Amino acid sequence: MAGVSKRFGKVVALDGVDLEVERGELLALLGPNGAGKTTSISLMLGLQRPDVGSVRLFGESPERIETRRMIGVMMQEAALASELRVCEQIDLITRYYPDPLTPEAVMEMTGTTALARRPYGKLSPGQKRQVQFGIAICGRPKLLFLDEPTVGLDIQSREMVWETLRELVNDGASIVLTTHYLEEAEALADRVVVLSQGRKIAAGTVSDMRSLVVRKRVRCRTALRLEQVKLWPDVQSASSDHTGLQITTTNAENVVRRLLDADEDLQDLEVERAGLAEAFTELTAEVAAR
Amino acid sequence: MTSTMSGSRLAQAYWSETRYESLRMLRTPAFAGPFLALPVCLYLLFGVVLFGDALSKDPNGALFMFMGFAVFGVMGPGMFGFGVSIAVERDQGLLRLKRALPMPPAAPLLAKMLMAMLFVAIVMITMIAAAPAGHLRISAGHLLSLTVVNILGAAPFCALGLFIGTWASGKSAPAFVNLLYLPMIYLSGFLIPLPKSMQWVERLSPAYHLHQLALAAIGSPSQGAPLVHALILTGLTLVMTALAVRRLARVG
Repeated sequence: MAGVSKRFGKVVALDGVDLEVERGELLALLGPNGAGKTTSISLMLGLQRPDVGSVRLFGESPERIETRRMIGVMMQEAALASELRVCEQIDLITRYYPDPLTPEAVMEMTGTTALARRPYGKLSPGQKRQVQFGIAICGRPKLLFLDEPTVGLDIQSREMVWETLRELVNDGASIVLTTHYLEEAEALADRVVVLSQGRKIAAGTVSDMRSLVVRKRVRCRTALRLEQVKLWPDVQSASSDHTGLQITTTNAENVVRRLLDADEDLQDLEVERAGLAEAFTELTAEVAAR
Repeated sequence: MTSTMSGSRLAQAYWSETRYESLRMLRTPAFAGPFLALPVCLYLLFGVVLFGDALSKDPNGALFMFMGFAVFGVMGPGMFGFGVSIAVERDQGLLRLKRALPMPPAAPLLAKMLMAMLFVAIVMITMIAAAPAGHLRISAGHLLSLTVVNILGAAPFCALGLFIGTWASGKSAPAFVNLLYLPMIYLSGFLIPLPKSMQWVERLSPAYHLHQLALAAIGSPSQGAPLVHALILTGLTLVMTALAVRRLARVG
């Protein structure tokens, strides 16, 4: 996507966004609700056209069927035909592709072999997501679009999805993933793009994102009172539970020095950089405050 | 970089879409039950149980009864099969997903049309099986011509249903289809002849033109030229389909 803007009435969904996915790369698209993630995916799939800018898949228009034969899609809101069995559902979609996997192979990869004869409408929400994931990968896509792929999945199924995605990326496929689970982006993404209010506000690796945020987390076991620590300069927030005291700070060195001075018996001291969740919250909060 | 597909592989995509669309509808009792059973059940009720004795002495009446319920059987699968199912699939995002996937663009429409024609073929088989009880005297060749005309005659009703399905929501589509379907049954003159002063109303309905075309196909007296009826039905099919496809491309 190059310089893409898209407007729905008075609402600006995307405002001059550039987005590129490399071969063999997993790109996580993050952003709060209404940030423009779904609009970006719709434009990349050729379901909508940009008002300004251009969208290309493999150098071609996404509206060309020959181009779409190289992609796989898993949408969050799409309901498949409830009367068809799982094996029929997958078989139908494999027919759209020139060189697909067999339905049996897809069901094995997605852990749905035992559900093969079950009507799709009788599956649990998590099982439906597994089938939808199977449909997304059945055509051996070179580029895969996944919109919240692990919502509603149990831990085992989520692990299966993650494992399959890693294998696809290792085999050279590119993946665009939107997710609300930041640990999912942290575990899988080569690169993260953060959208907010239709604009790209940050892009880079997960560790680039973390380093954008100066906050750090300090944990320890101490006899110091929480109310007392909260009043210290450089302490942004503090809380305590059975594991001890947690402090968020922009100047970890000063806070640690003061902790050690104030409590000689202090134990289990840990300092860690902010995770993607903190980075994401801080970045999007900054944009919202502007 | 592009990905091409062989002609036979493309044909398989169309065939699978049609096969699974027909399976879906046959597995939906609320659709298959009324549209497969109702025409022959009503024919047996009116043509055999209630008026069988009178019709045994009235070959024209027996023919009118049979032709009327046969046309009635043509209308439902197309109008509801397209009108309601397209609207529901749009609501559920299924059409949008298939548009994003490399589904051949005409596949869902062609599949639904062939499904409707399969339903009409089943309706015709049941009607023909029941015909002796309704005292129908008609040659096998005429029955075959009638079946072909009625199967092809499903197309304009599919196009009308498609047009409604692209505008209405899944919840409102049955009401909108019924708004057209029910008056069409009573105002097309194929079940209840209208008084002369109202016969102009019949000509507004595609069911009237199909009825006349079906009568011509079996060599019975019909009103107007068969070619005109065929052109009207073809024109309606093309215009409604074009309008609906244009809207589908814009709104999904």
